[in-house]
Amino acid sequence: MSVQERTEERHLESSPAPAVSLVGIRKAYGDVVAVDGLDLEIPVGEFFTLLGPSGSGKTTTLRLIAGFERPDEGRVELGGADVTNRPPYARDVNTVFQDYALFPHMTVAENVAYGLRVKGIGKAERKARVEDVLRRMRLPGAGGRKPSQLSGGQRQRVALARALVNRPQVLLLDEPLGALDLKLRQEMQLFLKSLQQDLGITFVYVTHDQDEALTMSDRLAVFDRGRIEQIGSPAEVYERPASAFVAGFVGVSNVIERGGKSFAVRPEKIRMSDAGAEPARGEHAEAGRIREVVYAGMVTRYLVELDRGGELQVVRQNLETSSAEALDQQGRNVILEWRPEHQLEIDPEPGETEGEQ
Amino acid sequence: MIEAAEAGPPLRRARLRLSAAFWRRPWLKLTLLLALPAVAFLLVYLGSLVALFVSAFWHVDSFTGKVVHAWSWTNFSTLWHDHTYWRIAFRTLWMAAAVTLTDAVLAFPLAFFMARVAPRRMRALLFVLVLLPLWSSYLVRIYSWRLILAKDGALNWALNGLGLPDAGLAYTNTAMWIVFSYVWLPFMVLPVYAALERIPESYLEASQDLGARAWRTLRTVILPLALPGLVAGSIFTFSLTLGDFITPALVGGAGSSFIGNIVETKIGQPDIPFAAAFATVPVLVMAAYLVIAKRLGAFEAL
Repeated sequence: MSVQERTEERHLESSPAPAVSLVGIRKAYGDVVAVDGLDLEIPVGEFFTLLGPSGSGKTTTLRLIAGFERPDEGRVELGGADVTNRPPYARDVNTVFQDYALFPHMTVAENVAYGLRVKGIGKAERKARVEDVLRRMRLPGAGGRKPSQLSGGQRQRVALARALVNRPQVLLLDEPLGALDLKLRQEMQLFLKSLQQDLGITFVYVTHDQDEALTMSDRLAVFDRGRIEQIGSPAEVYERPASAFVAGFVGVSNVIERGGKSFAVRPEKIRMSDAGAEPARGEHAEAGRIREVVYAGMVTRYLVELDRGGELQVVRQNLETSSAEALDQQGRNVILEWRPEHQLEIDPEPGETEGEQ
Repeated sequence: MIEAAEAGPPLRRARLRLSAAFWRRPWLKLTLLLALPAVAFLLVYLGSLVALFVSAFWHVDSFTGKVVHAWSWTNFSTLWHDHTYWRIAFRTLWMAAAVTLTDAVLAFPLAFFMARVAPRRMRALLFVLVLLPLWSSYLVRIYSWRLILAKDGALNWALNGLGLPDAGLAYTNTAMWIVFSYVWLPFMVLPVYAALERIPESYLEASQDLGARAWRTLRTVILPLALPGLVAGSIFTFSLTLGDFITPALVGGAGSSFIGNIVETKIGQPDIPFAAAFATVPVLVMAAYLVIAKRLGAFEAL
């Protein structure tokens, strides 16, 4: 290595290089293109989510960062260093697997200590760090048990502990909450978010659950058919979807066509009143008929068939309405109103819009 | 359900009523299921084992040549005090251990390749190749090896053709070792394959992800999880070698007698009690082997 190269490397280290950087990535399995033309930069300390339906390329992207897959084209950089040709064991990232992948023949403590043992860290430090991380994961005293003796939620936290004990630059999480029930999942979402803020480690999180993505992420990338449709903060992606696909996948697909253009309106932005009512000034109004009522406890969802064509979903909190009253609305004629700024023009053709900051 | 049971042709109705009767009485179903194997197990399997152990304590009257049905330690005492029997027992055990180790070393890489690397078609082909020898008679295969290893056999012919001297393997313990390792190899490959195939890919990825290279992953993740398969295979190879008498007789030499050969000779004399006494040795060895395997945690990952 020449002096100049060494200075350059030092320069790269001191400059705020992104934690993860993917440049022009393409990966195909036979004829199936998993990801294509992928460019992505994740700054240090960010909670970044890869969101998309199954088969959209989000898990492949995560596996490319971990090193389980090699790209056909393009470059993977971690902290500014090109790691495209480095095997997983030579990358400073750790993964929480979807099935947790805990070694069944080892105890919880042995599982968690595995990475430290491989690195040749002494017994005393190993023990201290394992105990510390298990306490942090709210699993004190579980070290002597086998993974098969734990509940799903506990296994999940052991998998987290096993990855985090190595203090990686980047933690990769592959749908880690998918196997948990709703209540536990919501608890873990908050736990993961605060954990990430405490540790300051970059999290790259794969999920197909839009609520999860909106709740936890600093920024997220919406994937569709091997491409990124949009990158942005949860608010940006939710309020200004770049395409019909994003509008439909993040939130409810509430798209109508008027005058050859497509518009999306979020269901909670729509006010619904009786057919005879006078529309408020400056608001966009549409007349229609309630086709179906879905009572969902906290809210009720109304599917409204519009007189000018199309259908919109309206969500109303059940503030003072009983379920019987809500269900009684079916078949009634109503007027829907929303403010013009809540009506977003979107690209009607999904898949043709390039990602936009 | 009720409608279904009362409608349709009579045969169908009868069948529905019968299956409903079984559904209401699970014990009846269980009894019918287990009756045949339970009888076979108790009478044929355990019965012969008990007969073996009991007759081992009888002895043959040296004057009349008749079996004396009285308890005595005569046979075991003879076995204990005669060094020849010790030597034969150790030879048998030693060979069983050597064959087991050889087959484990040969089978593991092959099973690993079949289970985790080979594409589907090649895997099927390898399965056929591994199982192919089992389609032909065991005797025929051992005779073929006799022809290969004989002084003017195929092996020496090939060696001489290359300008090398004779291997001199005919009728030796080495010849037995080769033939045993060959005939029992499929019994090691199959259980090891089954164990390796069950390991999820994510375990291996997790190991790499935590910094382990291939060798370490093999040692700390794959081998412990494949151990039940290796132990299952070794139970086959070890016990099959332990009880064999045909291979020593056909490819072994003058000093190649196994426990099985002595048992066969004694049955022919006839001294069935002594044969039974010597035959308990492999049974006890296998029992000890299983206990040790369990102690080593070989079955924990099952």
